[in-house]
Amino acid sequence: MNSDLRTPLARARGLGSAREGVHHWWAQRLTAIALIPLVVWFAISLVMMSGADYGAVRAWIGSPVVMVLLILTIAIGLHHGQLGLQVVIEDYVHGDGSKLALIVAVRFIAVLFGLAAVVAVLRIGFGS
Amino acid sequence: MSVANRPVHRPLSPHLQVYKWQLTSVLSILHRATGIALSVGALYLATWVIYAAANPTAYALFQGFNTSILGRIVLGGWLFCAFYHLCNGIRHLFWDAGYGFELKDAYRSGWIVVAVALIATVVSWIVGLRLV
Repeated sequence: MNSDLRTPLARARGLGSAREGVHHWWAQRLTAIALIPLVVWFAISLVMMSGADYGAVRAWIGSPVVMVLLILTIAIGLHHGQLGLQVVIEDYVHGDGSKLALIVAVRFIAVLFGLAAVVAVLRIGFGS
Repeated sequence: MSVANRPVHRPLSPHLQVYKWQLTSVLSILHRATGIALSVGALYLATWVIYAAANPTAYALFQGFNTSILGRIVLGGWLFCAFYHLCNGIRHLFWDAGYGFELKDAYRSGWIVVAVALIATVVSWIVGLRLV
């Protein structure tokens, strides 16, 4: 006999009570693994560029390899940060309203800053 | 109110002021703290790139701060947060895979993470300046 109280369909879907299954958990790990090489590259680049003037920093951002790596770092980094902050909010903010408001705000801010930064990189790279 | 429901004013546990700190819990808290710090730092870094796309006057603002003493301290702090979170994140990935749960292993990996994060902070700074 099956002692599981879930229906066979619910068990097969595996989405749980929050209806999203392991998606958040998996996305957090996947972005984490992608960030391992990206952060090592970005950390060294950051020291390299920390004292650079306007021209030097634009020449660096505009080179093809840096453009690709930088856009990856921005997008994956902010996605990972948003996922992590969501867990912190879910752990420590207990009001349903304020919890939802904070999670939505964090996601909106991450997308806004991420898109603005990617557009900035493309503008520098394509010289407009 | 029945006797069973009457509130009892006993001290709450854990008593934070007498709580003995352990490496494992401190590193766990530090993982969250550095994660939050890096999220805030990400907004600063995004703004840095946005200003680089704007004009030299706007960018000079960032360059001025980046090369100041405070800017150097912030950079050093960012490097440590990034490398600590990265190393401890790898430790978490091993736990996810089911390895390293013995208390002895958890302490050993904890100290390794702290050491590697400190070394990586210094090494990345040296390598970064060499490449300028």
